[in-house]
Amino acid sequence: MTDLTSASIPAAHPAPRKSSLLTQSALVKKRNAAEARFKYYGIAAITISLSVLAIMLWTIFSDGLSAFKQATFTFPVTLDAERLDPKGNRDRAEMMKVTTIGYTSLLNEQLVGYLDARGISTEGVDDREIGAFISRDTPARLRNLVLDNPGILGQTIEFNGYATGRIDGYLKGRVTRDSAELDTNISVAQLDLADRMVDEGMLSASFNWGFLTNPDASDQRPEASGLGVALIGSAYMMLLVAIMVLPLGVAASIYLEEFAPKNRWTDLIEVNISNLAAVPSIVYGILGLAIFINFAKVPQSSPMVGALVLTLMTLPTIIIATRAAIRAVPPSIRDAALGVGASKMQTVFHHVLPLAAPGILTGTILGLASALGETAPLLLIGMVAFVANYPAGPLDGGMLDPATALPVQVYSWASRSDPAFIERSAGAIIVLLAFLVVMNIVAILLRRRFERRW
Amino acid sequence: MSLLLLLVAIGVFAIAGFVLGRRRALASVQGNTRALHSLPNYYAWHGAIMAALPALTVLVIWLIAQPLVIERQLAGFFPAAEFENDSQRILLMADVRRVAEGLDTAVAAGTLSSDEAIDIRTGGDASIREILGSVGVALGAGVTPQVLEAAQAYRAFASKGGALRNVLILLVSVAGLAYALRITTGDFRARNRVEVVMLGVLMLASTIAILTTIGIVLSMLSETIRFSSMYPFWDFVFGLTWQPNFQGNSQLGLLPLLWGTIYISFVAMIVAVPTGLFTAIYLAEYASPRVRSVVKPLIEIIAGIPTVVFGLFALVTVGPFIRDWIAQPTGLGTSGSSVMTAGLVIGVLNIPFISSLADDIINAVPQSLRDGSYGLGATKSETVRQVILPAALPGVVGAILLAASRAIGETMIVVMGAGAAARLDLNPFQAMTTITVKIVSQLTGDTEFNSPETLVAFALGMSLFVITLCLNIFALWIVRKYREQYE
Repeated sequence: MTDLTSASIPAAHPAPRKSSLLTQSALVKKRNAAEARFKYYGIAAITISLSVLAIMLWTIFSDGLSAFKQATFTFPVTLDAERLDPKGNRDRAEMMKVTTIGYTSLLNEQLVGYLDARGISTEGVDDREIGAFISRDTPARLRNLVLDNPGILGQTIEFNGYATGRIDGYLKGRVTRDSAELDTNISVAQLDLADRMVDEGMLSASFNWGFLTNPDASDQRPEASGLGVALIGSAYMMLLVAIMVLPLGVAASIYLEEFAPKNRWTDLIEVNISNLAAVPSIVYGILGLAIFINFAKVPQSSPMVGALVLTLMTLPTIIIATRAAIRAVPPSIRDAALGVGASKMQTVFHHVLPLAAPGILTGTILGLASALGETAPLLLIGMVAFVANYPAGPLDGGMLDPATALPVQVYSWASRSDPAFIERSAGAIIVLLAFLVVMNIVAILLRRRFERRW
Repeated sequence: MSLLLLLVAIGVFAIAGFVLGRRRALASVQGNTRALHSLPNYYAWHGAIMAALPALTVLVIWLIAQPLVIERQLAGFFPAAEFENDSQRILLMADVRRVAEGLDTAVAAGTLSSDEAIDIRTGGDASIREILGSVGVALGAGVTPQVLEAAQAYRAFASKGGALRNVLILLVSVAGLAYALRITTGDFRARNRVEVVMLGVLMLASTIAILTTIGIVLSMLSETIRFSSMYPFWDFVFGLTWQPNFQGNSQLGLLPLLWGTIYISFVAMIVAVPTGLFTAIYLAEYASPRVRSVVKPLIEIIAGIPTVVFGLFALVTVGPFIRDWIAQPTGLGTSGSSVMTAGLVIGVLNIPFISSLADDIINAVPQSLRDGSYGLGATKSETVRQVILPAALPGVVGAILLAASRAIGETMIVVMGAGAAARLDLNPFQAMTTITVKIVSQLTGDTEFNSPETLVAFALGMSLFVITLCLNIFALWIVRKYREQYE
């Protein structure tokens, strides 16, 4: 005792210490600086990834939101019966002989005439350039309208039609006067005229339902293209994938988790599943092309073949998620069921599976979400083809009709030259992301609502 | 009787088996369910399974076997030399089938009576083509008399075979049903039988994984072998130029594509590994629980975004940015699509992958190691660098290898951001191309699978599969080995 106290009292004047707790030595300073630096590296890493994410989403949204708006004309069109039905008998077959070219010249003349009548100056813009305001899609729509209702011939109707892509872009700010000077497809004088038309209220931008419902359109008519076929195709595929992958995935997981004996064969299956989960998705596209299209003759570009490929692709991830959910059910549940005389099969189907269901559903929804965004394998099985017709209903064999899918539409628009298609592509991404967000929120809510901790 | 009707009939028998099996079991014990071995529904299911399962099995075997048998029967119509050659036989049989289908359609449409369809001869070759054309079956080349006769024989065999099939399958179904009812008594162990069938179904589902792998390997291997019969295989593996030419004389060397793939993945890993690792370290060791619960899901959003979105980002934003601000001012390149563009974007895509794997691995390092290190006076960063990372190293290496395999197999970003020119170059601001890009470009559009230019895609797919498989197996092996250390 005394030793200890006496030892703590310095016997003589001590030599001044080189370091103290109050002043840091060079080494401690260096170490603390390293510590701070290390921490900042971490913060910097997180900042980098999150800011790239933010920049990406911001560019996509700023490019794409305008795809949901569309510039349209409204002006009275007098449907000259002499020109549109030369024989005058209102016979559909006869009227079909007037092609869209006839309707184009009619619309052009009517537009020029209307501008004159309203006193809108068309200075510096010749008649052909005024005609170029009207989308190439519009005459075809007018023609269909007339063919379907021959009764309107000779009347004057208030007609709505898409403006051409450049004018559309001008109203939405994508095309500017500077870019128009470099552009052979549009002149500054035309933009001036567009301004005057907006002032007169005959040209305006409004919400573009056509973007969600129209089928794809050719290179020349970006303003008429829409996601209709892609949405139907993706919906069919997701439906088929869900129908196929859920029973298969659950059955395989139940077998592997509850029944499989530990032997070489089960090991082989396990190794296989974990490897398949890491196989590049494009390899599944090659598989689909070789087996489903060339060998089994499933029609190319059809939602069915897409769904088969996506099913095989998502199966490993779903099996992994389902097995985790089944494993999370405590063994005491199984013991209790077995104890009151249930068979192994009854235990699994009556007790384990219902308790694991929320986890399985969550995993399946997340698997479907990743399948919804998958593009590469679909390119190989022909879903990148240009499809202008809607597939038939699901019960009329629509699953075997050519269709395309949302992410593939994003890609095929992005690879076209007109910048208006980049806007559409970004718009399609917004739709795709909206679906993904909804699916993920449903998965999170399911997990929150039903998750049980044992 | 069509296939659909047959399936409906089997379904009806199955339902009958369900109802009758249950009723018979209950009747055998005078309604006292406690005397039954199994619950009544098991007897019902047993009846249904016995009525449907054997019939369906026979049906599947029949559907596979019938065309093969008929094909053999038709050998007599053609010269033996033509029939022995595989590719010619396939073409002939396709013709025969097409004509036969055309005749079927014509009969269904009423253009031909069924007698006419059997007796019509190619007196006028044009007439048969016209008849089939009028019902919407377009024939390419003219129909030779042999093909027409073979087609008529095909129809005869098919209709005979179809009738035989229907009778046989209905018999099997009824027999199964009768057998099930006969053995259904109160003592019969229906549940055990039903459970065996269920187990079989479960087992079958679990083999899908194996079948998929076999399908992948077989589909690529067979086409790769066909490719190597048209193009010297070693020229493919060691070729230094990639110049496909659909008129022939292509040079299909793998090395430029492999170089592009590896270079882009390398750039991607340079971005992803440090960022991902530091993210994981910060989240696991420094971040407060609140920060972690916000930041971790945000980072994982990146992993949930489809790659085509990153592709568009590379095409529209990153590519032009790199071109205008870095490549052109320094004179290194003039193209928006480049190794840098694709590499950077794939790197960002891989950050959450590396960080979440590394996060798990760092969290699996036992707390005692940290405490020991702190106890010796080490700072947090020293602990991370000198204790945690060495302990977690195998797992981290595994995670990095998995990420590298993903970068190698990534398709959309390179298709949209890397370019299409195959070259062996060191300049990262040049457009280069990868294996995946070339698979896409050789296989999209209308392709016929008989030229080396198309088939090379399968050889490329095979190389990609082998490379990623090796990486994955190695990585999974490392990860698994590491996990066993602390459990």
